[in-house]
Amino acid sequence: MAWTREEMAARAARELKDGYYVNLGIGIPTLVANFVPDGMTIQFHSENGMLGAGPFPFEGEEDADIINAGKQTVTELPTTSYVDSAASFAMVRGGHINISFLGALQVAQNGDLANWMIPGKMVKGMGGAMDLVAGVPRVVVLMEHTAGGKPKLLKECTLPLTGAGVVSMVITDLGVFEVGPKGNQMGLTLTELAPGVSLEEIREKTEAEFVVSPSLVRN
Amino acid sequence: MAVNKIYRDTTSALAGLLRDGMTIMAGGFGVCGIPSALIEAVRDSGVKDLTCISNNAGIDTAGLGILLQTRQIRKMISSYVGENATFAKQFLAGELEIEFNPQGTLAERIRAGGAGIPAFFTATGAGTDIAKGKEERVFNGRRYVMETGLTADLALVHAWKADPEGNLIYRKTARNFNPIMATAAKVTVVEVEEMVPQGSFDPDHIVTPGIFVDRIVKLDHVVKLIEQRTVRKRA
Repeated sequence: MAWTREEMAARAARELKDGYYVNLGIGIPTLVANFVPDGMTIQFHSENGMLGAGPFPFEGEEDADIINAGKQTVTELPTTSYVDSAASFAMVRGGHINISFLGALQVAQNGDLANWMIPGKMVKGMGGAMDLVAGVPRVVVLMEHTAGGKPKLLKECTLPLTGAGVVSMVITDLGVFEVGPKGNQMGLTLTELAPGVSLEEIREKTEAEFVVSPSLVRN
Repeated sequence: MAVNKIYRDTTSALAGLLRDGMTIMAGGFGVCGIPSALIEAVRDSGVKDLTCISNNAGIDTAGLGILLQTRQIRKMISSYVGENATFAKQFLAGELEIEFNPQGTLAERIRAGGAGIPAFFTATGAGTDIAKGKEERVFNGRRYVMETGLTADLALVHAWKADPEGNLIYRKTARNFNPIMATAAKVTVVEVEEMVPQGSFDPDHIVTPGIFVDRIVKLDHVVKLIEQRTVRKRA
């Protein structure tokens, strides 16, 4: 009874605060936009140069000049602004984006993140991922707990890093982990379990060392 | 006006500017805001051994993808090239060199290049493979990597509207890398969807001032592609 992708996104959306500027990666993170609580105002940053990205257009109203960083057609909002790529990444690098949600291949217990390349396979490039994890003060990873039965939460990443010590929180289908303060190697704390998931199951499927929060939430 | 910046077609707009082995910047993100017509003219010129600086490599049938088809590109400096099968094939065969830059670092290197800044420090990529061999400094307890400014022989830019002076405005997310690339090359050639008379723009609204623009060509017809057509149902 682990969390579905939608339930992971809904849990992630609880990290949002009113007035936040937010960047969403591709995959499960994209779903977070569907779970913004009513009455909360969030501006979505799209690193190709759009702040205040709106929902997909109605059929027939697509505009080739309005796309998000996933190259999908989106729409304008009354709050939308457009900037060039350097200004867009000034928002990122300068720490002006409050929170970033992204996927991962591996996360290490010290907050290292690997999500851009697998040696020996075709490398597509890191796009804006390295800038986002280095510049955004709170980085939340959304990923399946394991891949092909192998843990993705590790003592050390074996794949090339996207960023060193950059992850703040990890939400998997099995639970939620907090990572010690950015750049600090305090390690992982398990703070929540998904419904029907036992501590034993998490321990079995996690290579990284972690402590269990005294106030562990069993959803 | 002493200098005429307006050229009648893309071939004449590039005349005398192309040579083998040169470095060309091309604006655009995916296929949004790419200087398609100018890239076609580069293809038709037959110039080769190009180093191209562009966020992406287009798709197989559009953008810089068409220069890959004809093997005119020797090296790409990009942040992401996922949507191009020709690229993958040539790269895996060792026929194409690629230098990946994080997207924000690529943008800032171009901005810096255009602004006469030879290098800067960024936390992006610190502690990763892309920092290898680069100078590092610690500021306020944090590691930063030195990245150098980027310039080119030629910048190819797509803008929405231009006036005869070369002042430019862009349309929505088709702006992306175009304005910064316009500042960073020895010569900047711009294709536009519309020419407007001098004085039409509110000077407060101009994004790229004419000082950065050398040649302008108005497109007869503009083809805009969509990579991921995503829509929602009407309620």
